[in-house]
Amino acid sequence: MAKEKKGVILEHISKIYQDPKTGKDFYAVKDTSLEITPGSFVTLLGPSGCGKTTTLRMIAGFESPDEGEIYLGGEPINALTPNKRDTAMVFQSYALLPHYNIFDNVAYGLKLRKMDKATIKEKVTRILKLVGLEGMESRMTNQLSGGQQQRVALARALVLEPGVLLFDEPLSNLDAKLRVTMRTEIRRIQQEAGITAIYVTHDQSEAMALSDQIIIMEKGVVAQIGSPQEIYYHPASEFVADFIGEANFLKGNLSAKDGNGGIVTVEGHKVPVVGVSELPEGKECTLVLRPESAVLADSGVLPCKVIVSCFMGSYQNYHVMVGDTLVKITDYNPRNKKIYAVGDTAWVAFEKENIHVL
Amino acid sequence: MATRQSAALDRKKLLADPIMVTTIVVLITFLTLFILYPLAVLLVDSVYGKETGLTMDIFKRIFAMKSFRTAITNTLKVGFAVGIFSTILGLLFAYVEVYVKVHSKFMGGLFQVVSMLPVVSPPFVLSLSMIMLFGKAGIITRYLLKIYDNSVYGFWGITIVQTLTFFPVCYMMLKGLLKNIDPSLEEAARDMGASRFRVFADVTWPLILPGLGNAFLVTFIESIADFANPMIIGGSYDTLATTIYLQITGAYDKEGAAAMAVVLLAITLAMYLVQKYILEAKTAATLTGKASRARMLIEDKSVTVPLTIVCSLIALFVIMMYICVPFGALFNTWGYDFSLTTKWFVRVFEKYKGFKAFRDSFLLSLASAPITALLSMIISYLVVKRKFKAKGFIEFVSMLAMAVPGTVLGIGYIRGFVNGVFGTGFLSGIYGSAAILIIVFVVRSLPTGTRSGISALRQIDKSIEESAYDMGADSFRVFMTVTLPLIKDSFLSGLVTAFVRSITAISAIILLVTPQFLLITVQINEFAEKGSYGIACAFATILIVITYGSVLLMNLFIKYFGTSRKLKEVD
Ligand SMILES: Nc1ncnc2c1ncn2[C@@H]1O[C@H](COP(=O)(O)OP(=O)(O)OP(=O)(O)O)[C@@H](O)[C@H]1O
Ligand SMILES: [Mg+2]
Repeated sequence: MAKEKKGVILEHISKIYQDPKTGKDFYAVKDTSLEITPGSFVTLLGPSGCGKTTTLRMIAGFESPDEGEIYLGGEPINALTPNKRDTAMVFQSYALLPHYNIFDNVAYGLKLRKMDKATIKEKVTRILKLVGLEGMESRMTNQLSGGQQQRVALARALVLEPGVLLFDEPLSNLDAKLRVTMRTEIRRIQQEAGITAIYVTHDQSEAMALSDQIIIMEKGVVAQIGSPQEIYYHPASEFVADFIGEANFLKGNLSAKDGNGGIVTVEGHKVPVVGVSELPEGKECTLVLRPESAVLADSGVLPCKVIVSCFMGSYQNYHVMVGDTLVKITDYNPRNKKIYAVGDTAWVAFEKENIHVL
Repeated sequence: MATRQSAALDRKKLLADPIMVTTIVVLITFLTLFILYPLAVLLVDSVYGKETGLTMDIFKRIFAMKSFRTAITNTLKVGFAVGIFSTILGLLFAYVEVYVKVHSKFMGGLFQVVSMLPVVSPPFVLSLSMIMLFGKAGIITRYLLKIYDNSVYGFWGITIVQTLTFFPVCYMMLKGLLKNIDPSLEEAARDMGASRFRVFADVTWPLILPGLGNAFLVTFIESIADFANPMIIGGSYDTLATTIYLQITGAYDKEGAAAMAVVLLAITLAMYLVQKYILEAKTAATLTGKASRARMLIEDKSVTVPLTIVCSLIALFVIMMYICVPFGALFNTWGYDFSLTTKWFVRVFEKYKGFKAFRDSFLLSLASAPITALLSMIISYLVVKRKFKAKGFIEFVSMLAMAVPGTVLGIGYIRGFVNGVFGTGFLSGIYGSAAILIIVFVVRSLPTGTRSGISALRQIDKSIEESAYDMGADSFRVFMTVTLPLIKDSFLSGLVTAFVRSITAISAIILLVTPQFLLITVQINEFAEKGSYGIACAFATILIVITYGSVLLMNLFIKYFGTSRKLKEVD
């Protein structure tokens, strides 16, 4: 059903706001450059206030960038008003028109495009079926559950067959179960229709599950762009590593190097690592170790002392001290091996492929 | 830094929307031409003459008049007294409504009537009934108390009548304020052992103090600007508004009247600025957030009984004064012959062109109401939902009209339009025509409409309009298909309020109306001045019926066709 897939390019985009209290200007988004390929599903992820909504609103045209240019399908769109842009936004608050019924809500955009009645009826009926709302055409918006309203908002955007769909935390008001159902549905519809989608969330599992690409933002700046796997296993910074999942950070020094591999000395112990070809020997570095990538054992890479040992059902949660550094470990299936108690000494064991050097 | 590329882009986006641009240009022209320009003309008039050049002579001349100096002190004295009394009464009513447990439906009804009466009644109704109840031939003074020479005219007459007219405004303002106080603040103090009085003095009082100041100034301004009551019940006690009127209609001294108007305007403007920019901000700052939960009402009989009795008595007194007017139109000779008659009504229609008066008043108000309502909704929309450079100007000027007394505006229009704009003859045609009367009605009702429009629009989630915009609607479509339907109730009540305010208006219009038009309010004023209270009452009664009828009609309409019903019924 999609006509032409459209990519989005942000070229050195900045948005300056005035702090209402101090009256000082600050960057809500700073020098952001992105290239979103046509037909892909991209998620903007980051802590509250990092500029996700602002970025989205600039693409939709509600805010004008202070620096840079936005391209949609190759055309610069900075000076276009929202109604002239080939984008459709699904608002966090749904923003359904409360004085219209479901049919009229979905038909609103089509009527503005001066389509004839029969076409509108056909399109609306089809899209409502797609989102599972057939037969509810004549209900008012407040006669729907949150999830149904959400789907109307989605249908209303989809029916326009826009070049780009914009989502601003569209699932944040739903319960956990409905979120999973809805996000699967969003992904399915997006892929079927082949629409470019930009999706804002601060739920990382949502981002992981949906995206072709994830863009992590920190205080208005892009911290990393990559596939979910890249972001998770090869975070570009401590911020990204910490923000996505849980991570331990071990400070050390690249004491020996041999091509891609090397040895990092942590608290006086040698840790073999890979993927350090770009770091010079002798350089201070940080090791990122995911809690589930390591286990406790009687022999391993780093000696430690157990300070918390907690049974969580499907896994055992450990806090251990490696020298002065706290390391968290989640050990699945510990009963196969040995469960350590508080005060025990042990070794933190992991494969060198599971460690990421920053 | 590419400084403020966004501002340039926003401007480009705005310019890409011709309807928006046209609307803004038309609005700015309207506001400049019909609010700023007449005021500017007054100022220029009073310091500049063709022969004399720049001069302070006119001000010197009017300040040399003893009558003018007395008028200033009189106005300030009355304003101050009315401000104080209205605030106290308003606070009493608001406190009882919000804090005291009152069981009866009767009380609830009383409160509602009291808060609604000043909206629907013509301004001088209370003056009329005051004279009829307490004057020389007053029922109460003459027949009950056997006082034969009681004078209601003067300071106390004006003060009492204005207080009763304006205290409901304070009541409504303070009610909102008290409702916003978080009860847990007071309960905490009570919990620590403070008496009820101490809680009021230590917690409630400081919280509402800026709000009280606000209420005081609002009534002060209303009192100073009031023309009708001092005109009828002032006697020889002249206020600024009446002095200016007499200066232009009696002494034909246009420059002098202009200078006096400038003085009056300076006073109200200064108060308005204090009220708007200092007190309103303070009120908002002390009372953030909504009350978290319901308040435990005071049930202690030693508190509730006296408060209830006092409030009921005052409310009943006010209602009695309003009821007095229709009776004034039904008695043969007020104060002497209480047999019922329809002769006053007959005379109104047969002798005093009553029908023409009603038709003129009705049609002019009917014409101005939709213009006012639409204009104020457009202004509110622009102010709340859009950003552009001239927005501050539009908001400021349309609210400014609130601080401009009708008399001042009237003089401004006379000076500004008799010979056309800047004496060029441009637009001179509107002077004396229906157009200028309608424009005055619009300008006079604009601030109230805009204010309620703004608060209605603030309730609507910004993203609802954005979503329509995003789906491809231009600003005009968004306004017509989304904004307006969503504030339909507010629009309707704006429509009726504008109609009621226009049909009951007098202060500006009395200066501008030409013999070609007969207006009810002007007729009432004329007959009351002459002492023909029967005729005045008959006119006033029919006016009250019209206004009350339209308000009832509106409420019915909103109840059955309003948006809020449709949207609320399922919740
Ligand atoms: N209109 C505005 N005026 C001033 N500052 C603003 C405005 N809108 C947003 N900001 C500020 O810009 C920054 C980025 O806001 P933005 O809404 O883009 O955050 P976000 O990433 O969407 O956060 P959240 O996850 O909480 O929705 C914040 O610090 C915010 O306070
Ligand atoms: Mg956001």
